[in-house]
Amino acid sequence: MSDLLGTAADVVALGCLLAGAFLCLTAGVGLVRFPDVLSRMHAGTKPQVLGTLLVMVGGAIRLQGLAAAWMLLLVAAFQLLTAPVSAHMISRVAYRRRHVRRDLLLVDELREAEGLDSVYRGDEPADAPPENPAEALVESRREDLGPDDRQSS
Amino acid sequence: MTPITVVAIACHALLGSGALLALIRLARGPSLLDRVVATDTLLVIISASLAVHAALERDATVVPVLVVVSLLAFVGSVSIARYVGGMLLQSAAGDGRDGGLPETAEERGAGDREARR
Repeated sequence: MSDLLGTAADVVALGCLLAGAFLCLTAGVGLVRFPDVLSRMHAGTKPQVLGTLLVMVGGAIRLQGLAAAWMLLLVAAFQLLTAPVSAHMISRVAYRRRHVRRDLLLVDELREAEGLDSVYRGDEPADAPPENPAEALVESRREDLGPDDRQSS
Repeated sequence: MTPITVVAIACHALLGSGALLALIRLARGPSLLDRVVATDTLLVIISASLAVHAALERDATVVPVLVVVSLLAFVGSVSIARYVGGMLLQSAAGDGRDGGLPETAEERGAGDREARR
């Protein structure tokens, strides 16, 4: 009976491993075939979450130890926490560097805010100097005055 | 040939071809960010293949390496994204986008060298 249970667990684990490996292959195919950074990221993050989770589940079933299972759980939790952060940062820089195929976009919400906040967008690194310091200073003083003062002046 | 061997061969073939395709994108990628995405994917594939190896051999010695590799992928991609974001030029159109990277010395040199002579 326990032998049968062990065989069933092995089958489930090997299925999980195969599915995770297949997701890695799809990520590679998507990376080569897709046209720009954002869609390549869409393909590349498939194994980052689902593939890692499947492989970790398969490994935890096969390894049969609590220590190994906890460490695999830790890896899966790290992946779930860090994948959105790095994807967000890379896609933001990709948009700014015009590496996005804008003719393929259906909705471009960042384009709506034209000229609203051209100097400070609120997410610069704190230690990065402005490209034109004098111009940035004038601009920031104008922003400090606020919209009411700007209308009166 | 036991089922474990068949699954091992299939898994390694899938992971290996995925890693090869990611390497192709890493070599060809037109921009730095394409290479960052490809490196991220490659590290994930490497950690997945380490986990597959551990699972198939029932050998838990490589499991701590997985933690290190996954953290390293995150720190690497975030720091490169931060670095590239710090050197962007401001767009002249003022539309919230940036004018791209400043010209590198090689690009400047290629254009100017002919003009100077």
